Amino acid sequence: MDRLSRILHRHEFSLAAVLVLLASIIALINPAFLSPSNLFDLCKSSAVLGIFALGVLIVLLSGGIDISFTAVAALSMYVTSKVLLAADYSGSVIVAFVVAGCLGLLLGLFNAFFISCYRLPTLIVTLGSASVFRGFLLAFIGTKIVTSLPAGMVDFSKRSLFATTLPGGETIGLSASFLLFVAAAVAVWVLLRYTMLGKAIYALGGNPEAAERAGFNIVRLQFFIYGLVGFLSGMAGMTHACMMRNANPFDLVGTELVVIAAAVLGGASITGGRGTVIGTVLGVFLLVTINNSLILLGIPSYWQKVLVGLVIVISTGITARRNPRALHGVAAS
Amino acid sequence: MRLLIITVAVLIIMSLLNPGRFLTYRNFASMCYQFPELGIFALAVMLSLVTGGIDLSVVSAGNLTGLLAALILTRAAAADPSGPMLAIYFAAAIVAAFAAGILCGWINGVLISRFAITPILATLGTMQLFMGIALVITRGHAVAGYPKAAQFIGNGTLAGLPVPLLIFLLLACLVQVMLSRTRLGLHLCLVGTNPVAACFSGLDVRRLLSRTYLLTALLSAVAGLVIISRTNSAKADYGSSYLLQAVLVAILGGVNPRGGFGSAWGVLLAVLSLQFLSSGLNMLQLNETIGPYINNFTKELTWGALLLLMMVVNYCCGRRRAR
Repeated sequence: MDRLSRILHRHEFSLAAVLVLLASIIALINPAFLSPSNLFDLCKSSAVLGIFALGVLIVLLSGGIDISFTAVAALSMYVTSKVLLAADYSGSVIVAFVVAGCLGLLLGLFNAFFISCYRLPTLIVTLGSASVFRGFLLAFIGTKIVTSLPAGMVDFSKRSLFATTLPGGETIGLSASFLLFVAAAVAVWVLLRYTMLGKAIYALGGNPEAAERAGFNIVRLQFFIYGLVGFLSGMAGMTHACMMRNANPFDLVGTELVVIAAAVLGGASITGGRGTVIGTVLGVFLLVTINNSLILLGIPSYWQKVLVGLVIVISTGITARRNPRALHGVAAS
Repeated sequence: MRLLIITVAVLIIMSLLNPGRFLTYRNFASMCYQFPELGIFALAVMLSLVTGGIDLSVVSAGNLTGLLAALILTRAAAADPSGPMLAIYFAAAIVAAFAAGILCGWINGVLISRFAITPILATLGTMQLFMGIALVITRGHAVAGYPKAAQFIGNGTLAGLPVPLLIFLLLACLVQVMLSRTRLGLHLCLVGTNPVAACFSGLDVRRLLSRTYLLTALLSAVAGLVIISRTNSAKADYGSSYLLQAVLVAILGGVNPRGGFGSAWGVLLAVLSLQFLSSGLNMLQLNETIGPYINNFTKELTWGALLLLMMVVNYCCGRRRAR
């Protein structure tokens, strides 16, 4: 009984309840919502946002914030596509992901250098590095959209699991990019739950001073965190390019606040130390469901921003009300 | 002081790189119309940073308020009134803009002070919300075409000086006096330095925070009016690139992002140095050797690099002083 009530009081539970409620309302209004092709579509659209959100979750847990990850993703995605094309590469897509991930890792380490060696506020560093990365990409590497991607990447975008052909001749299936999101979520979950590094990330976010005294090497830890976020961003960028079947250097940048919103919606505290992978995944699904279902509901798409804004405000309001640190109206910031 | 040196250095470098073009009356006149909008947004962001928070909704609030004023002004253009009726329309537009600004600021203030939402999240949400409302009102189209006289705020001159510049300077003076000479300013800095201590020493932190976000929204409303008047149109997503730039200017201007310190003079110098840099880089495009490498994106790169460099310099100087 005790255990049950603990589950009922968790943020993840209320989030799941909201998601189920929302899905039932949408399904009641328009049964097309529950069709397999729509559900597979939702999964597909959540892949890029989801991988990003996992990275953001790690940063938020450690008490920082990163807004350069979309710029990292755009840069690594575009450079990788160009390099592979120049090398006339036509092999597996795995190489593309590894190259993009490693580029992202390097850019993440660039952030980590400023954050840990000079102890600068993470918001400001990533604000600066975001415009450095984006400026570098657009000024020196290129502004043209690459439309003919290497064969491996195009293949990846077509690959899907449980593929079935509907009577109408339309083929549907769970896209491979969604599996990548699931794999990333499991990996981050294991990292946070079962490894010392994961505990260290929580400790750093909870109280940096205490973490340092407990013997964690903060500098090395921050290099790990921002490197990992860079790596995940590179992967997300590559996924985006594969799904769009082109590499557009102007894409992705500008969506960072929505991703942060998804992580926060999932219960990650912006002051650090609290948040779970399950919550983040639910937050991503909730945002994607809202975004994708407006058309099904017959609501004009220009209402989208109003709804997303309202969801952020209301959900953070509810989380903040539960926050014991909110003392006398002073939000811990 | 360091910032003054940087500003002057940028000015000298750009003048040397662009002989005969940079140090001209025409160049300075055009710059004076360009930077005030960004400067006003930066003042607003600076105020929020001083209290230890941040207001990410400034640009969307400015756009929303500007949009409301623009809607009234287009009605005025359609009715083609004269004399006193025109004045009433103008007054209505300005009152609508400020009323909307107060409402936006009030919403932010309630979320941050009553519901204790972290400022960055609350304003992240309201940023989407305000922009969304503006999108719903306009359905994404631009609102354009007002009476000729309405362009005065954004394009006119008063005693030979551009009106936007005068508005910015006036606001900068007001903010500076408020921060350094009034009780409210002192309290804001105290809240930013240590909110818990401020609370225990009897300051009404909630009310102070509400007032801060009211002020930032009012400043945004002024910037919104300047923008719609200068461009002679209003759109829900104008100037979205201003947001990061405004934060950049505030930080360059010496505001401590952890709260507690900040001055309008710093913001003034920072916005000037950024403007010198971007105008100078624009002119360098005419240069034969390095011209081809300069474009808008190089500017973005330079701004980011400047921000990081400035932070590192501040850190190193701070450490030397600590020893």
